[in-house]
Amino acid sequence: MRGDQINLQNVIARSATQEPSPQERSGGVERVTKLIDVSRCIGCKACQVACAEWNDLRDEVGNNEGVYDNPLDLTPDTWQVMRFDEHEDEQGNLEWLIRKDNCMHCAEPGCLEACPAPGAIVQYANGIVDFNSEHCIGCGYCVSGCPFDVPRISKKDHKAYKCTLCSDRVFHGLEPACVKSCPTGSIMFGTREEMLDLAETRTSFLKGRGFDNAGVYNPEGVDGTHVIYVLQHADRPGLYSHLPEDPRISPLVDAWKGVTKPLASVAIGISALTGFVHYVTAGPKEHGEEDEAAVREDDAREREREERP
Amino acid sequence: MTLRVTRRQFFKLGAAGMATSSMAMMGFAPEPAVASIRHFKLTGAKITRSNCTYCSVGCGVLLYSRGDAAINVVDDIYHVEGDPDHPVSRGSLCPKGAGLLDYIQSDSRLRYPQVREPGSDEWRRISWDEAFDRIARHMKDDRDANFVTDDEDGNSVNRWTTTGMLAASASTNETAYLTHKVVRSLGMVAFDNQARV
Repeated sequence: MRGDQINLQNVIARSATQEPSPQERSGGVERVTKLIDVSRCIGCKACQVACAEWNDLRDEVGNNEGVYDNPLDLTPDTWQVMRFDEHEDEQGNLEWLIRKDNCMHCAEPGCLEACPAPGAIVQYANGIVDFNSEHCIGCGYCVSGCPFDVPRISKKDHKAYKCTLCSDRVFHGLEPACVKSCPTGSIMFGTREEMLDLAETRTSFLKGRGFDNAGVYNPEGVDGTHVIYVLQHADRPGLYSHLPEDPRISPLVDAWKGVTKPLASVAIGISALTGFVHYVTAGPKEHGEEDEAAVREDDAREREREERP
Repeated sequence: MTLRVTRRQFFKLGAAGMATSSMAMMGFAPEPAVASIRHFKLTGAKITRSNCTYCSVGCGVLLYSRGDAAINVVDDIYHVEGDPDHPVSRGSLCPKGAGLLDYIQSDSRLRYPQVREPGSDEWRRISWDEAFDRIARHMKDDRDANFVTDDEDGNSVNRWTTTGMLAASASTNETAYLTHKVVRSLGMVAFDNQARV
């Protein structure tokens, strides 16, 4: 069974398979979205702890590197990190921009596009992009396919890991663990519609408070994401620890999946077929008596060499 | 022993491998059921309401334990999260509260009464009865020896200043009221909780 379980909700996309996904029950499933309001975050990392607790992850205790980022980067055991950035505005005021970095759950996931293992990456009708470790072959294509550099390959089991948006909790009617823990209301969760609405409300509030460039980060290049940010400086997402301005799936992924792979498959298929047809029509290759004698001589020499101490 | 493969066998193997893999690639292979959901770890857990032990905010927490309290089961807490019905925190927690599970399961957590007697450098495990008797004896002796009934101006004060009490910060109002009454009725002056330590 390889850990497969009953599919309670609808899978709308699966990696590396032409099999159509079940479409019949796609009605009535609302897309969900996590809204991260950077302007309300105090960087307490309760979300980071709640994530580790819920997902049974205990990363190695690292060292203090002189900054608040801890750990410094995502790891197979840390599916979200707070990234702290100091920014000086035009008036010379210090702004502490703290971004919760985790999987963005793109509507068009680069990881899923790039993945060559059937069913290792799935997208559910509610928008969550999830990794199925049972099918993961650890090739790392999802890492290069991700425009946000999120998946990490474990050195222990050579499988890819990332935030699941607590798909298990969401399927059972709960909000993700990080959302629940947040003591400032910086992380909110609900239907996509509600969250986009709330993001607009927060944006206009920030604009009223002097952040003229406040806005919502919901990049079009990947057809929107199911994790969206409210940014004080939406015109410069790069300020927030290099949040990409216009994230897109690498053209290499399209080339490999869109053109190269089917062409190569067909080429291999044709050559195998040709070989088979040739075998049927022309029969196996005939060897002359000279060749056979040479092979026997070779064998005899080889055996002699092996028997010598 | 070395595996002996002749040139012809090698080609045959290669051709067979290529043929089968291209068959699979062209769709002549059984497709596994490639979808799954994650197992939900709280199904059937016993939920117990409690308070976070850390600070005086006293956020509400839900303790999820394995076992349904049947006679043959020893419960074990394996998940903690915020209590959405708690008026103070409404389900949210700080990073310390969100990590309560590892505090409960910690190896260095105190699980029974211990005493380190004068002159000794070792903690000795004692029973709860022994602990209560010992505490009561010490309190009585100390209070008898150091109780102050009058100050220098002759006012009646009834102070007991040589022993202090450390109570819990995350108590309910009722518990706090009772603790206060008990401690103050003994004349104890030094009285605090762990949130300020």
